[in-house]
Amino acid sequence: MSAASPPPPIERVGILRWLRDNLFSSVGNTLLTLIGLGLFILIVPPVIEWAFVDADFAGASKSACTGEGACWVFIKVHLSQFIYGFYPPEQRWRIDLAFGILIALAALLRIRRVPHKGWIAAATVVGFPVLAYYLFYGGGFGLEVVPTSKWGGLFLTVIVAGVAIAASLPLGILLALGRRSNMPVVQAVCTVFIELWRGVPLITVLFMASVMLPLFLPTGVTFDKLLRAMVGWALFAGAYTAEVVRGGLQGVPPGQYEAAQALGLPYWRRMYLIILPQALRIAIPGIVNSFLAIFKDTTLVLIIGLFDLLGTIQAVATNPKWLGFALEGYVFAAAVFWVFCYGMSRYSARLERRLNRHREGGV
Amino acid sequence: MTDTGEQQTVRSAVRFEAVSKWFGHFQVLKSIDLDVAPRQRIVVCGPSGSGKSTLIRCVNRLETHQVGRVLVNDMELTEDVRQIERVRREVGMVFQTFNLFPHLTVLENCSLAPVWVSKVPKAEAEALAMEYLERVRIPEKAHQYPGQLSGGQQQRVAIARALTMQPRIMLFDEPTSALDPEMIKEVLDVMVELAQSGMTMLVVTHEMGFAKEVADRVVFMDEGEIVEQADPQTFFSSPTTERAQRFLSQILAH
Repeated sequence: MSAASPPPPIERVGILRWLRDNLFSSVGNTLLTLIGLGLFILIVPPVIEWAFVDADFAGASKSACTGEGACWVFIKVHLSQFIYGFYPPEQRWRIDLAFGILIALAALLRIRRVPHKGWIAAATVVGFPVLAYYLFYGGGFGLEVVPTSKWGGLFLTVIVAGVAIAASLPLGILLALGRRSNMPVVQAVCTVFIELWRGVPLITVLFMASVMLPLFLPTGVTFDKLLRAMVGWALFAGAYTAEVVRGGLQGVPPGQYEAAQALGLPYWRRMYLIILPQALRIAIPGIVNSFLAIFKDTTLVLIIGLFDLLGTIQAVATNPKWLGFALEGYVFAAAVFWVFCYGMSRYSARLERRLNRHREGGV
Repeated sequence: MTDTGEQQTVRSAVRFEAVSKWFGHFQVLKSIDLDVAPRQRIVVCGPSGSGKSTLIRCVNRLETHQVGRVLVNDMELTEDVRQIERVRREVGMVFQTFNLFPHLTVLENCSLAPVWVSKVPKAEAEALAMEYLERVRIPEKAHQYPGQLSGGQQQRVAIARALTMQPRIMLFDEPTSALDPEMIKEVLDVMVELAQSGMTMLVVTHEMGFAKEVADRVVFMDEGEIVEQADPQTFFSSPTTERAQRFLSQILAH
């Protein structure tokens, strides 16, 4: 262009202008805007009134609640039980310590300038589960044994979901690779495994783990019920994750496989260095989706007699001394689940952005 | 070539003996015999679907032949995975679509194989990679990602990546077909230099100028067969078969 190019059109400005363009641009839009406004007025103020304005926060018993709004005293009084279940109060420091260590390790891994990150990561992956086992269960280093029947609340939710999530990713990767393998036996075994677990409802898996499995074991041999549930859960979650990972593997262009082969890289190095880093990036949204589902489905352990967060809340809400506050309990449970899930979702979004940095400025 | 006895057969870099291959019921390679001596430069051409890409992909077993024998530096390609990996260490390959690893920088792309295949220490591998990046005249892009490079630059990096394994044979599968016209020359220049350095090369290409300049022999394929092979002079001036004549008139027409 020889002459100066014309300036871009002047931005539309002003609140009234914006309102007219976006909310009242036609009869239909005006109607929708008014209906939306009506629903907002109908719903939001009463909820705020119930949850905050008329709510009772102070006190220590049911009598503190005047009955107008929410009785958050119910939550306040039972908070430690919601978090730790029936874990003996004098032993609860063990749970705090374990999660404190986990958070510290994660923080160390996040800070850029910390040296020896490989070792810290290895300690987290290999060492932490062992440490957590001794802290939670006890039975060594002078720690009293706390049987898993006393575990509960948010603690149990996080343990079950954490184990299932942590085990499902490596298992899912192996199953996905196996399903795409060109060794017929490996492929058949992985396919059958995946389809079997995917075809069975989770409740069935949990019932099998808690009721059926002991029938098949010789008398005298027993496994902990929680352990059985976690193993069943991890296998179930692994099958789902496998299919998500397989989707990622299919998203890697065939040329990448060929280029890696042509360089003479053996199979596992090919997967580890070239294929999986790309496949997992593609699969992140799906993987997080399945992690969120795993986390929320932990509530199902209630049916085999384990008390997770929701189960504990329900149990407490049926306590005759505190009848009538189930709603507050459920709102609290929903809020806790939402915070955890939203946190995971935000973290995955950040991870995706960071891993896709190489795509910026593409030609 | 003279045969001087059983132990001292003349060594070939690449040797196809009656190689056939099918995709389903479709025969892509029909009893191919081909012999490439060390330091020879072969250009393979032919209409699309003639099996030329399949042919050179059999050299590093990206495709498996079903009948006949393929020998690379006297190593026969069989089901033996170790043997295949040994062959691949000696054979570099450059693809039509570059196939650089998008999640790694240019330098990491080039130093990856020396580190993970030949167990060269990382610093040494990176020095080696830089050396080859300089040879393809792109050292300043070492710390960028492939997505930030033009097609011609990416293809030169792909050549450097293959060379860092210090292969004895280089395969080129239509290396300039996916490039914009103004980028073809920079890639061909690098390939010409490589040819002059004495590398054994098998090149599938339609760049007849390149063939005339560096090829020792042009192999013309059609419908899975080698129809004609000759030195470029003879092939371009007086092709003997009707199919080669038709092919040449088509590609030289525009």
